[in-house]
Amino acid sequence: MAVSVRNLSKNYNHQKAVDNISFEVKKGEILGFLGPNGAGKSTTMKMLTCYIPPSKGTASVSGLDIVQHALEVRRKIGYLPENNPLYYDMYVKEFLDFAARINNITSVAIDKRVKEVIDLVGLNIEQHKKIGQLSKGYKQRVGIAQALIHNPEVLILDEPTSGLDPNQLSDIRNLIKELGKEKTILFSTHIMQEVQAVCNRVIIINKGKIVADDQPDNLQNVLNNEALVEVEFLREVAKETLQNISNIQQVNALSATHFILHGKDSLQIRKAIFDFAVSNNNPLLTVKQETKSLEAIFHQLTQQK
Amino acid sequence: MAVFFIVLALNLFIFQGNILDSNYATLNTFFTLTPWILLFLIPAITMRTFADEKQTGTIEFLTTKPVTDLQIVIGKYLAALFLWTFTFIPTLIYFIAVKKLSLSEAPIDSGATYGSYIGLYFLGAVFVAIGIFASSVTNNQIVAFLVGVFLCYLMYDAFFRISSLAIFQGQLDYFIQSIGLNAHYDSISRGVVDTRDIIYFLSVISLFIIGTRTALESRKW
Repeated sequence: MAVSVRNLSKNYNHQKAVDNISFEVKKGEILGFLGPNGAGKSTTMKMLTCYIPPSKGTASVSGLDIVQHALEVRRKIGYLPENNPLYYDMYVKEFLDFAARINNITSVAIDKRVKEVIDLVGLNIEQHKKIGQLSKGYKQRVGIAQALIHNPEVLILDEPTSGLDPNQLSDIRNLIKELGKEKTILFSTHIMQEVQAVCNRVIIINKGKIVADDQPDNLQNVLNNEALVEVEFLREVAKETLQNISNIQQVNALSATHFILHGKDSLQIRKAIFDFAVSNNNPLLTVKQETKSLEAIFHQLTQQK
Repeated sequence: MAVFFIVLALNLFIFQGNILDSNYATLNTFFTLTPWILLFLIPAITMRTFADEKQTGTIEFLTTKPVTDLQIVIGKYLAALFLWTFTFIPTLIYFIAVKKLSLSEAPIDSGATYGSYIGLYFLGAVFVAIGIFASSVTNNQIVAFLVGVFLCYLMYDAFFRISSLAIFQGQLDYFIQSIGLNAHYDSISRGVVDTRDIIYFLSVISLFIIGTRTALESRKW
């Protein structure tokens, strides 16, 4: 196990930021940590990187306990903190050089490693600038470069894509995917598409508790026991006549000819609709099966109950 | 640093009551004035060390690297001490200047001057430790500066003043005085480098470094 978390809790005064969570991340997995703001994502990451100790429970990285072997754990982890704090008055290379030294990279190897990392994250054009002069996307790359400099086994990235424009967003996502081929990655986000695009596994966390832990595709299926079918007819249809068709539980009319049907079994509904259209001689213009998006699942799971 | 030297040069060689006016080959003016400048100068140097890291969040970058909190504090201390050392070294020129200017029959008292220089260096080193501590208890640089100046003043002058209050006369005055930096600075300035004074300075430095580490670790509470 690259990362293993058992019954981890963190209390701030009387507020439970993280409440008894357990999960494991296998080697080479890209785990998306999803949750609304204040759900406890960052707190969990801060505990894993030994920034703050847990109130209860234990966790280990590559088999090393995060409290007892804090320094060894830090050596194995590359961490990009939330909001990507960097020394803005340092030059890119100067900063990476510092990051390398503080990670005990031997001085002979530093120059080579800094070059490699700059290539890897695509900082070539900007490498002679001061960090403060870089655009947000490039600052983010410096942050990731810093986390990668000592070639860690586990990468922990706290909202690596927040505040980026769509191009930068896809660049960083590709970079994460690329890195995930060799490393274990745990990253947090509140953007659902990102999880769908990048992760092999997703953990949804809300109010300090894990509410879902699965592959993004499975998660969609599990919660998709309700089928949605969008239909459009050429001529008007009374809402009541649709409701009488078996398997359809609820009908939402968008217009006199356009409806969204709710039911249990999408296949049966679509078949019944087709038969209905034929028997009424009312040509069917649209039949669309709608899958619930991860957004909807996220919304459903993190709603207050 | 530039400010430091301008203020020093003006007071020591140009304004009224300077070294040249005194007609004695002595650097007393320098040694009484400098602590008061350092009182402001050193907290200004150190105010950024932790306060700024906390403000920008880079402290999270530092503390999640494979170094202990004590290593971070000592690293910061040595960095600031380095700056103080390089501010301190050029002032040795004053010693040479006054020595060359003095008439051969009334030479400068080398022993006392060496002692004063050693005392001054340690005084600065203590101020650096205090300044770093002040910076670690807040995330606002201005607050760090003010707390630093206040603590430096407290350690340098306030204990001396308190000890001279009437209620402490005859019993506690010597004890209170010896908590402050002033008494030990004066003691070294006489030209006798007493190990007790050196141990005192080193203890105060260690105390504030440990205090800084405690402040840094307070995130874990």
